[in-house]
Amino acid sequence: MEDFLYFFSFQDPNIRYVVVGSVLLAISAAIVGCFTFLKKRALIGDAVAHSVLPGVCLAFVVSGTKNPIYLIIGAFITGWLSLRFIDMIVRYSKLKEDTAIGLTLSVFFGLGILILTAIQHSGNANQSGLDQFLFGKAASLVGQDLIVFGSVSIILLLVVGLLFKELTLLAFDEQFGKAIGMPVKGLELVLTTLTVLAVVTGIQAVGVVLMAAMLITPAAAARFWTDKLTTMVFLAALFGAISGVSGAYISFVAPAMPTGPWIVLVISFIAMSSFFIAPRKGILYKQFQQRKYQKQILEENILKAFFHLGEADEQYYGHRKISDLISQRRFVMGRLKGGLQKLVRSGFLKQDREGWVLTEEGKNKGQRIVKLHRLWELYLTEYLRIAPDHVHDEAETIEHIITPEIEARLEKKLNYPSVDPHNETIPYR
Amino acid sequence: MNIHAEDPIIEVHDLTVSYSQKPVLWGIDLSLPKGSLVGIVGPNGAGKSTLIKAIMDLVPLSSGYVKLFDTQLDNVREKISYVPQRESVDWDFPASVYDVVMMGRYGKLGLFKRPRQADREVVQESMRLVGMEAFKNRQISQLSGGQQQRVFLARALAQQAEVYFMDEPFAGVDAATEKAIVELLRRMSKEGKTVVVVHHDLQSVAKYFDWLILLNMRLVASGPTVDVFKEELLQEAYGGKLTILSEVGDLLTKGRFPSREKTV
Repeated sequence: MEDFLYFFSFQDPNIRYVVVGSVLLAISAAIVGCFTFLKKRALIGDAVAHSVLPGVCLAFVVSGTKNPIYLIIGAFITGWLSLRFIDMIVRYSKLKEDTAIGLTLSVFFGLGILILTAIQHSGNANQSGLDQFLFGKAASLVGQDLIVFGSVSIILLLVVGLLFKELTLLAFDEQFGKAIGMPVKGLELVLTTLTVLAVVTGIQAVGVVLMAAMLITPAAAARFWTDKLTTMVFLAALFGAISGVSGAYISFVAPAMPTGPWIVLVISFIAMSSFFIAPRKGILYKQFQQRKYQKQILEENILKAFFHLGEADEQYYGHRKISDLISQRRFVMGRLKGGLQKLVRSGFLKQDREGWVLTEEGKNKGQRIVKLHRLWELYLTEYLRIAPDHVHDEAETIEHIITPEIEARLEKKLNYPSVDPHNETIPYR
Repeated sequence: MNIHAEDPIIEVHDLTVSYSQKPVLWGIDLSLPKGSLVGIVGPNGAGKSTLIKAIMDLVPLSSGYVKLFDTQLDNVREKISYVPQRESVDWDFPASVYDVVMMGRYGKLGLFKRPRQADREVVQESMRLVGMEAFKNRQISQLSGGQQQRVFLARALAQQAEVYFMDEPFAGVDAATEKAIVELLRRMSKEGKTVVVVHHDLQSVAKYFDWLILLNMRLVASGPTVDVFKEELLQEAYGGKLTILSEVGDLLTKGRFPSREKTV
């Protein structure tokens, strides 16, 4: 707790730097990632992230220092090469993009590990800490490193801001963009460069292995919450920032821990939660909706049973017992009781000592369902030429979903028929 | 039969297009008059969409050239509008009707610029013309097929172009939308705009278009509908593929020959 307060009071300038750096890189990766995500090139980010490793290592071998500028240049070169590699494989061979990505990723990453191992055994005193580039260490994001990586992030944000509408069109409808004379090739190049740079900014704090998650996961999580691109980009940035700060915090309290996996755990947790709880698209919400429809169907079926009983003895407002209803239709007992109580509460039924009775509203509602059922049966036999003995089951479902507008059109189209295919009267009000 | 327009607004000269060496269009020659409502008709795989993509410079040409307004496409892009097939984009994209129609203004706006009041007004008017203004803020995945097509049309209108190329605007739309689109196209053509439409319903061809292009990997006919919409020409276009032509095409793919030798 003490650590927590100390960290989030931001008194320590080092903590401030680390937090600012992590947030910047997370935001810029998340925003660039939105466009690669929408362009359905999510895997590309993964390939680039792994492919910068040999570049970083080679830059160290050549320059002999861990100066971030050299490392960025090295990372940029191999990151770029890997993308060209993928494009070439797709263009000149029969291999598809997924195979090309898999190939490139493993070849480049393998090469990177090879060089890294060689450096570690070379006895070069400067090399300590180079392995952080694998899994990241946010706490080392200070001084010159911060300035360099931070500036790259800011440049990224500026470019995306300036080209927002062009990148949007590129992701949505490339052909149209070409047709109106947008420099589509150039923009593709920009987006690729942005992707590589976004990965590069994260190599110190998150590490190359997991940087891909910073590109794609925030965008995927944000997509669950909104249908508006600007909101999506904003949310992705926010999710990215939250995971960035948590990563920095964990790096502070547990210096032995690699930061990247923690950042990725946090952002993945956000994505998973979005997957479950987001309105309209989340799984829980859908479950809830389904539950609601099931209840509605049960209640309508109960009212329908009342109406059928009424049709049989011409006593629409007669008292009914549970046994009467069960004889009409196979209800599950527990649910039936629940449904009856709900219908009493909503004013469609009344209950007294002799049993349950329809109210006028309840009768009308039951009658409408029966009417829709028979209208639909008639529609199926007349317009789809389905045999009368095959239409009942289908009408059982459709009767619950027909809207008043479709109801009116159905009545008109069938010319207000009086009986259904089974010669049962269609009850109009 | 190939009737050439006097003073043509679109001119296609000896155009051949190949997909991985295999020609899908052979030596197309045609010209179209200004203000006409043109239908491109032919069986599946005849190269109808490819023809307008080639004119829009969206697929590489193996040979030939295209002239619009008697010059190259790049000089007159602002005057040309293109409506891709509805299925060519992912309608689950996070954008509203308004956002998509506004994309029609991007060409006029140029890089980096934000939409201005004038652009917003054009967008509003374009949505009104296709009857989609009530759906302005609707997310595009929630639209029906017909509504999506109207959105694409509104985007094209927002370009305020002179020539419109439309790839299957009637595919998968409801009857009401088809009628609305046809009326709109007629009005545009009356205002002197040239509209070229890829179409595949022979029933309505004579009713909709005043100029016809009959295509089946090569040009079967191009000219005013009254002259072209003839039994024997339709027979020729729809009477099966020319088997020798496609077999030669296959040979070109196998041997990776160019469809034209490079002239040095």
